[in-house]
Amino acid sequence: MKWHVLRPLWVAIGLIGLILLSRQFIVPDDFGVHGKNFTYGYHRLSNIQEWKDFPVKYLGRESCIECHEENVQMLNASTHVNVECENCHGPSIGHPDDNEFLPLNTTRELCLRCHARLDYPNSDRGELLSIVDRRHKRRSKCTRCHNPHDPTEDMR
Amino acid sequence: MTCSRRAFLKDTVGGTLASVLPLSAFTILSQDEAKAAIAESKVRWAFLVDTTKCVGCGLCVKACKNENEIPYDAPVTRTWVERYVVTKDGTTHIDSPMGGRDGFITDTIRDVEIDSDEIDKAFFVPKLCNQCDNPACVQVCPVGATYQTDDGVVLVDRDWCIGCGYCIMACPYGVRFFHPDHKVADKCNFCYHRISNGMQPACVECCSFGARRIANLKDPDDPVTKTITTERVAVLKDEYGTKPHVFYLGLDANVR
Repeated sequence: MKWHVLRPLWVAIGLIGLILLSRQFIVPDDFGVHGKNFTYGYHRLSNIQEWKDFPVKYLGRESCIECHEENVQMLNASTHVNVECENCHGPSIGHPDDNEFLPLNTTRELCLRCHARLDYPNSDRGELLSIVDRRHKRRSKCTRCHNPHDPTEDMR
Repeated sequence: MTCSRRAFLKDTVGGTLASVLPLSAFTILSQDEAKAAIAESKVRWAFLVDTTKCVGCGLCVKACKNENEIPYDAPVTRTWVERYVVTKDGTTHIDSPMGGRDGFITDTIRDVEIDSDEIDKAFFVPKLCNQCDNPACVQVCPVGATYQTDDGVVLVDRDWCIGCGYCIMACPYGVRFFHPDHKVADKCNFCYHRISNGMQPACVECCSFGARRIANLKDPDDPVTKTITTERVAVLKDEYGTKPHVFYLGLDANVR
């Protein structure tokens, strides 16, 4: 074959070789088929551990009780027993060391998430103790009269 | 054809060696190694949603966004709550403002005020990733950035994803979205960092009504697994053959 035909061929072969060589360095060692098969298990294995190490933000009632035993016990004895502390107080990651004051939410809108009346027959929402927002102390904060840790207590 | 004794022996030894050589490519495993290689994972994560218990407070959506660092005011979310109201005239009203992040506190759906006397049926349906056994989103990924773990959860490798969006298109449930900060595909992973470390997913922990629960299908003593295997449960879009693993109690034909 003539030289002008061979020359681009050598360039092409060289490029392919270069790509294959650089692939050896770029692709991580643990990248390949793991798990079920190629279709579902083709991935970088160490990514699983990376997801497991993702930081947890909601630490749960067990971590709150370590310091706020009185409040947690009051809550546990109340009708709000199933409401997680962090639903109102915010995620407790870093508290109290880096995050001394949690962003406590005492807005009317937070209480209304459950306690605004919606008479829905196929949902437990209709069963909850509820108010019609515009007819019940429109401009007041709920916490002026109700204690979220024990809603039956009258704080007036 | 003639064959000397020398040539015959030479060919026999050579032929035997050549046929034995490929055997060296096999590894001989001890019994324990062999067991470990074919052993299945002892965990298969699944989810149970009881739609009759959901009150539409949206605290699960709020918790999910905070826990998984999804921008709070961006219109994307890993889980969301839909409201279905079927009125007496046969119309189905559906909404999910901001994925139900702030709950449902009025009876107005898409600017239509619905009086409780007009309602035939009304309920809330939480949705999240179905962690399918045959995930369509994984099949279409061109780079191997999304995959299924041994315990059934589909994860996205944020370092590997090129953001092409094929998976977002492929998911029949619409659970995938483009993460505005990381510029990669993102989705619910049952809070993999929590369930792998003995905790409940953030949405399960923050649900005050037990409407959301996580199960290990391979543990027959798991109470939630017992509910899934013994009660009448339904899945979404069964006809797609994706084998979803989020099971619903009290699902309605209006829910797609």
